[in-house]
Amino acid sequence: MENKILLDRKIAIPKLLGDTNKLLIISGLAGPAKDIGFLTKESSNTFLFGGAMGGAVPTALGLALSRPQNKVVCVTGDGDLLMSLGSLATVGVVKPSNLIIICVDNSLYQETGGQKSHTGLGVDLAIIAQGCGFSVIKNIYNEKELIEGSVLVDQPINGPAFILLKVSEAKPPQYSRNWSASEAKVKFRKKILS
Amino acid sequence: MESNWQNGLYRTLREADISIFSYVPDAGHKILINHAIRDKDVIAISLSSEQEGIGIAAGSYLGGKKSVLLMQSSGVGNCINQLSLIKHGQFPFLTIVTMRGEYGEGNSWQFAMGEAVEPTLSSMGVKCLRVECQSEVIPSIKAAVTMAFKAERSVAILLSQKLLGAKPF
Repeated sequence: MENKILLDRKIAIPKLLGDTNKLLIISGLAGPAKDIGFLTKESSNTFLFGGAMGGAVPTALGLALSRPQNKVVCVTGDGDLLMSLGSLATVGVVKPSNLIIICVDNSLYQETGGQKSHTGLGVDLAIIAQGCGFSVIKNIYNEKELIEGSVLVDQPINGPAFILLKVSEAKPPQYSRNWSASEAKVKFRKKILS
Repeated sequence: MESNWQNGLYRTLREADISIFSYVPDAGHKILINHAIRDKDVIAISLSSEQEGIGIAAGSYLGGKKSVLLMQSSGVGNCINQLSLIKHGQFPFLTIVTMRGEYGEGNSWQFAMGEAVEPTLSSMGVKCLRVECQSEVIPSIKAAVTMAFKAERSVAILLSQKLLGAKPF
């Protein structure tokens, strides 16, 4: 259920993810890239999008399928996910058990001036994920559900899992990121393949 | 006779250690898709839109596996912005495109995208290798695999409608 006081992403995302060193993380563009880049200091187990909107979920799917021994987390915004809703259906069909998709849903396009997104106008991405065949669905609207979600992320999963993290309009952390995807790619592969 | 080169094409891709095949169902790729689905050592992924295949290719490479995207020429248009990931990130990328809207095409809708395939792919940094006859298929695929996975370039094999035969209308 939606509470009047929504969670602040700056506090909620670190709590939800716990020890990020145990995860391989693909982050969608805009807000989530700032959340994750700031949190992990762009550690080599993270790959942040800065464009190609809608590409985070399929990239995480490709990674999850090629690294079944790792837990892969895709952190994506509502706008990013709305641009590639079909990719949820593809994940639901392929059913990678090691993939968690976390949608950080602030119901708006914060990067472009705060216009309402479809999720702010009634679209429920968790219900869509459920209809796509995700094994685990978790809605997080409050502190109690956040703790339950963090347990879910920490424990072995039989996914794919979809977590809808409903957050307030508070901005993500501001910091100066590295925009080079090719550098991140090289670092990422060196870390996990060597 | 027709299926021989397609069987050889599949074998060549597998010998190159390509183990993730993503595709949007397509008549021209039917034999290849069926091989991938039946192969226990291959992950075959049916896509809802071709653009998903771009991220899957990049993600597979991040995880240390090689993949190929099978699509029809009309699907190329769905991929354009996602190819930013490949071009900006300098990811290796291999796609095999069955062409429509050219030799013997009877569906007038197919010409617009068919004619735009080479200019749009080229503009996104994807090198196009066009195949017109059966004897060129295997050498072209071997060349493309080397360019993609040794030189880490993005490459599209375009299987022409002359090779495939036009769909009857």
